[in-house]
Amino acid sequence: MTRLIVVRLLFGALTLWAVSLVVFAATQALPGDAAQMILGRDATPERVEALRDQLDLHEPVAVQYLNWLQGIVQGDLGTSYSNRTEVTEVLSGPVLSSLTLMGLAALAATPVALLVGAVSALRRDRAFDHASSMGTLVVASIPEFVVGILLILLLGPGGLGWFPSVYSREGGPDQWVLPVLTLAFAVAPPIVRMMRATMIEVLESEYVQQARLKGVDERAVLWRHAAPNAIGPVAQVVALQLAWLAGGVVAVEFLFNFPGVGKILMDAIENRDVPLVQAVVLLIAGIYILVNLIADVIGLAANPKVRVANR
Amino acid sequence: MSAPVNAGVEPVTVVPRGRGAGLFRTAWGFGRTKVGAALTGLIVLIAVVGPFVAPYTPTEFVARPFETGVDGTLFGGDNRGRDVLTRFLWGGWTLLLLAGASAAIGVAAGTVVGVVAGYRRGWLDDVLMRVGDVLLAFPQLIAALLVMSIVGPKVWLIVAVIAVSHMPRVARVIREATRKVVEQDYVKAAEAVGLPRWRIMAVEILPNVTSPLLVELGLRLTYSIGVVAVLGFLGMGLQPPTADWGLMINENRQGMAVQPWAVALPVAAIAVLTIGANLITDGLSRAAIGIDRGVEK
Repeated sequence: MTRLIVVRLLFGALTLWAVSLVVFAATQALPGDAAQMILGRDATPERVEALRDQLDLHEPVAVQYLNWLQGIVQGDLGTSYSNRTEVTEVLSGPVLSSLTLMGLAALAATPVALLVGAVSALRRDRAFDHASSMGTLVVASIPEFVVGILLILLLGPGGLGWFPSVYSREGGPDQWVLPVLTLAFAVAPPIVRMMRATMIEVLESEYVQQARLKGVDERAVLWRHAAPNAIGPVAQVVALQLAWLAGGVVAVEFLFNFPGVGKILMDAIENRDVPLVQAVVLLIAGIYILVNLIADVIGLAANPKVRVANR
Repeated sequence: MSAPVNAGVEPVTVVPRGRGAGLFRTAWGFGRTKVGAALTGLIVLIAVVGPFVAPYTPTEFVARPFETGVDGTLFGGDNRGRDVLTRFLWGGWTLLLLAGASAAIGVAAGTVVGVVAGYRRGWLDDVLMRVGDVLLAFPQLIAALLVMSIVGPKVWLIVAVIAVSHMPRVARVIREATRKVVEQDYVKAAEAVGLPRWRIMAVEILPNVTSPLLVELGLRLTYSIGVVAVLGFLGMGLQPPTADWGLMINENRQGMAVQPWAVALPVAAIAVLTIGANLITDGLSRAAIGIDRGVEK
């Protein structure tokens, strides 16, 4: 198993490198170059030329890429064009906010989703199961920003007026409710489905039958025999959903004007702030790859065939 | 519960007519497929017929910004004072067209890659799948935003980016299905007869992976609708003054508390459309499982 994990890790690193190549190549396709962009259209040719020298833009593209990559590895993501500060400095606050938002959404969604999934499995083909199956299908279909707007229309100022629909610096903790709820709705359905499917499979297994025949108390059957065997696949789906959050957070932050990486990304695109766009895309892709990797490893570790073979 | 019984029995009688027809029939046996078709049909109808029955032109000013209860308008004016109902009726077909095109192109390309990778195996399989893995490392929306931000929001680019992001996902599924089909005797027979590879892939393999293919098409269509809508909402899709549901939501969300209709109508339409498409997909995938069982056992 260790070998498999090492292979995955190496492949993850390789993917990250490929992503950096794509991100760098994409910015090379821009009309004009960085110097022109920083100084704007009115700059004198001499000044642009001087800045080009300063930014090493006369070097071959491969050298520029290596310099850029070296900077990233050392934690230097460049300087933002729009407000002339280090990208790392611009990003530190929003990254924390986004991670908090994602964490809260995961914390809100996971226990409820697991419970609904488990109850559906226990009440298989009865009213609750049908209702939850239909509910997850419906919620899973709707794009997350549409879920957010529906929540705003329902609970926001225009509807019941319980929670504010726009994030502001002076606002209280209640302004977190709608964004967290939106993301929780977006994350939950696959977890519910996986939990249900896995629990059904486990409950039909021979060792659960055996425990029941032995006369073990039904609660002990559930918690000691069934649940632990359902953890693996479910944990994998939870991790995959967290990876999804890294990208899904953008539209939701934009909707609620939440000051996280998603909003930074949209602002950076608006201002054509290339270093910032590069940094955020790399960051999100990095988190995405990392969490996917963790999901993979959990999946491997939870699979007895893999765990026992070639130890 | 008659539906699951149907799923097991029907394919046996339908198989000679080809798996595609059998799949649709079996899927139609589920109530949810019918509901999905009705919901999707309703929105498609609005989107297609809408422009012809709209009371005004989409760029005509009929009210003050965010004004409601104006004479001659049902839902009032939008952020610029254009008729909300008219813009709603005009705004659907672009979404459907872009989503349909990107799903179709993405699934077609993904199928070619999947069948080739699954049939040829070896280094080609490895290269195609590893390239796919790199593409998968980008969250779909982020990839689209990166490209849009650099080249600028262009219609063909929206379609291309979404199609490319679908490709590896479809290719994975079709490759799996192909690898099962390749084991079958009729493929070996065709190889023994000396049919060219492309004919084996097109005539022997492709017709036998239609079940997962149709399910993928439904799934990708649902995702495409979501991504096109979200790009419009983020202002990275179609540009003003086009009437487009996603863009409408973006333009009018500031006035949501005063004039909810301009946001609620397109939001409801997108929600109903995606739910409908997903219900059909769910019916198809349930039917596909039933058919596969029917054939194998």
